[in-house]
Amino acid sequence: MSTPSIFHPPSSVNDFSFKIATVNGTGSASANSLLMQSIFRMGIPVSGKNIFPSNIQGLPTWYEIRVSKDGYTARPPEIDLVVALNTGTYERDIATVRPGGCLLYDSSWPLEESLLRDDITMLGIPFGKMCVEAFQRDRDRTLLRNIAYVGALAALLEIEMDVIHQALNEKFSKKKALLDANFTALRLGYDYVKANFQSPLPFHLEPMNANADYVLMDGNTAAALGAVYAGATVGAWYPITPATSLMEAFTMFCNQYRVDPVTKEKKFCIIQAEDELSAAGIVIGANWAGARSFTSTAGPGISLMQEFIGLAYYTETPAIIFDVQRTGPSTGMPTRTQQADLISIAYASHGDTKHIMLFPANPEECFYDAVKAFDLAERFQTPVFVVSDLDIGMNDWMVKRLKWDDDFRPDRGKVLNAKEVEKLKRFSRYVDADGDGIAARTLPGVSAKGSYFTRGSGHDKLGNYTEDSAAYQEVMDRLVRKLANAAKAVPAPELNTQKGADIGIVGFGGCHAAIREAVDVLRAQGVAVDYMRIRGFPFDQPVADFLNAHETVFVVEQNRDAQMRSLLAIELGVPRDHMRPVLDYDGLPLTAHVVVSAVTNHLEKKRVGV
Amino acid sequence: MTSIAKPPVRHPGLKKNSLGLTTRDYEGGMSTLCAGCGHDSVTAAIIQAFWELEIPPHRAAKMSGIGCSSKTTAYFMRQSHGFNSVHGRMPSVASGANAANRDLIYIGISGDGDSLSIGLGQLCHAIRRNVNMLYVLENNGVYGLTKGQFSASSDVGSTSKKGEANVQPPIDPVLLALTLGATFVARSFSGDKPQLEPIIKAGLRHNGFALIDVISPCVSFNDHEGSTKSYKYTREHDVEVADVDFVPLRKEITSPEKTDGRVSVTMHDGSVVRFRETGEAYDPRDREGAYEHVRSCQARGEIATGLLFIDEKGQDMHALNHTVAQPLAELPFEALCPGSKALDALMEEYR
Repeated sequence: MSTPSIFHPPSSVNDFSFKIATVNGTGSASANSLLMQSIFRMGIPVSGKNIFPSNIQGLPTWYEIRVSKDGYTARPPEIDLVVALNTGTYERDIATVRPGGCLLYDSSWPLEESLLRDDITMLGIPFGKMCVEAFQRDRDRTLLRNIAYVGALAALLEIEMDVIHQALNEKFSKKKALLDANFTALRLGYDYVKANFQSPLPFHLEPMNANADYVLMDGNTAAALGAVYAGATVGAWYPITPATSLMEAFTMFCNQYRVDPVTKEKKFCIIQAEDELSAAGIVIGANWAGARSFTSTAGPGISLMQEFIGLAYYTETPAIIFDVQRTGPSTGMPTRTQQADLISIAYASHGDTKHIMLFPANPEECFYDAVKAFDLAERFQTPVFVVSDLDIGMNDWMVKRLKWDDDFRPDRGKVLNAKEVEKLKRFSRYVDADGDGIAARTLPGVSAKGSYFTRGSGHDKLGNYTEDSAAYQEVMDRLVRKLANAAKAVPAPELNTQKGADIGIVGFGGCHAAIREAVDVLRAQGVAVDYMRIRGFPFDQPVADFLNAHETVFVVEQNRDAQMRSLLAIELGVPRDHMRPVLDYDGLPLTAHVVVSAVTNHLEKKRVGV
Repeated sequence: MTSIAKPPVRHPGLKKNSLGLTTRDYEGGMSTLCAGCGHDSVTAAIIQAFWELEIPPHRAAKMSGIGCSSKTTAYFMRQSHGFNSVHGRMPSVASGANAANRDLIYIGISGDGDSLSIGLGQLCHAIRRNVNMLYVLENNGVYGLTKGQFSASSDVGSTSKKGEANVQPPIDPVLLALTLGATFVARSFSGDKPQLEPIIKAGLRHNGFALIDVISPCVSFNDHEGSTKSYKYTREHDVEVADVDFVPLRKEITSPEKTDGRVSVTMHDGSVVRFRETGEAYDPRDREGAYEHVRSCQARGEIATGLLFIDEKGQDMHALNHTVAQPLAELPFEALCPGSKALDALMEEYR
């Protein structure tokens, strides 16, 4: 493994980034997927970030692809090559090419002189003109321009044409005419480069064998798959970017795995509700009646669900909520990423509440955390949030193949069946018989003796309505004990330590990819750092220990107000000023550069005594 | 304390149904509503209906939101699970519970505030989804628990206890349900148990969402002169379309066919609802006619009551979804988890 560096030399193999700038709704998304898949199939680590507008057609959109022989998957710190196909954003797209890098543009129309740069290589290919000449239909001329740039990139970066052909074959195996047209378009770009430019570029690809054990998958797909494997049967939702594709994937997998081949009957029920309030109500009702049920939503949905979340907390009803975070507040930037729902989830609803959160760092963890979330929700009879984000949820990440242990059986928690109830002298819903803060529940329809009345109003430990201070407080105090035990059941923080480090970096969720890279960069520069990745809330003692053990602590997060730092201060009593916030809230996935700069700037200030 | 258990004293002569249960076994906690509240009469009719239908109490689930009406689920069938959820959101909780366990009998109790203001959207969408449940809307035209504000069912000109007249047009749950495609729409009066009880029984046996709007006067805040939801006003303006007789499947075999039934509708489970003509010709299977009748009664200042519309051919949420017959909550994990081989194979598609 070579020394990691953010700013690499102009020539490199399997270690560069490129960006494609197009107009959305013109078919570039499938061309970009084709590029990703082809590079991936060459055995080279690759990741892609889709930076798209909240719009269906006509606005600028970008796709950033990073190739990293060392396996770094964070958003690239700089762009070596820009494919500029949207004249509307030429100026800023050309400006993002690093000095010494390369621009590929559509020379069907001349480039304005003011846009020319002499510190980069500017390659013009008449994609538009070539497609007009080669194809008859307007739609083909537009769509296939994308495949033409794939061909040009194949020549410039040495993407294996056989691999691209194979991918196209798989995609269009049943549409011969479309396949032929794609092949033609591919050759247009490829042949033009071969005839007119020196190729490959100084930075290009060489086949590797680094990802045999990996797949390309987005987090929403993985989370949905986790819900299927966890045995979820009722999904309720309201469409919202960037969470929609989670329930759509759940629907797809259920149709694949849960439909009786003979009767066509479904072993699932997915309800597209009228709003997020209803979705939350359905989830609570279904869990109450004994099914594993979940919803997928984003920040605005979390806001709408607040009252129901409190109901689930206080009635001690399991509920599983996937929050694929986007940029807030309010409608915010729906197609941009952020980690800004932490506080609104941690204590969601009025009154005293606290909720379990899991922070998957990538699609792989979305799968395993999804399974875990159902177990935790049923064990602790309370809402559990899988706190993902748009970057994890909607972008294709290179992650380890998902594995399943066939011996796994779900933890359904303390649910008494009719026989168990019969043995009791009397069933009382909220009595802490085991001293762990968790009271046994029963499901409706199981036994008359086990029946009880679930209410969001004040209740005593027997489940009866109460306005008695002591009886009310007794239940509220037990809930504190229950949640304290939950802190020990959520995944422990992941530690990456180095001897003698007095700098600690704290992160969670999707920031992990960039922090992991930053830690390598800093250590290569001789800066000793430890890294703790928080994986769940409420926090347990090891989180506090890490904070207390380091003289300087950086908390990296994607929101303006340092929400994770606030939670750490509130929950663990660690002084707020002991933790230095590293905040990145522009809506784009984090780059390692942000973290490296924060640490090195701090050290520099310390050195000069500012 | 507002939860009072009833003393477990039983009259030895109380009749038992085939389950060996008396009506006392279908009771709940002591009502804490005001003396004379219409809701308590509805509760009594519900108890009677469940007892007569011989439904094992633990096979029913009682769902409610918030308000005086929603409290009543605590006053019947203590041996049933109940869920007193949040204001206006009972329909979603009931939808979820029904999605999980389609075999239980769901009864939702709501009020005019719960259903027509804060929960209007939820009610509409539960109807659209056609959740198999009986939805009893105890309608008193007033917010009782917060002491007397107008509700969305208050008629224009109806006065509050303080004398102020309502100016906003009312939402009629019956017209609403007819418009939204509900397959069982009824209106009754808490003071008319002979009419209400068979409608409750039919609603419980209906295959799909059954709405009963029950005018249920609030003795504390809306039973005065000037109110259009008072006992007196309702009695004087009630126009019943057809007297309903509900014949459960069990009895159907033994009862001789009555001849005065102008229309009879066979329910999903084989039970029969018979309509006896009381006035002008009326076909409860005609949605347009039902709408027309309710509107014309309104125009005359009358309240149309009875089982106004019924369609037993509708498909409930699970039929529309093609859900398996076995409740989803009872499916074993092995039937739900695709297993490691399927996952390994699936992974190849993501390369």
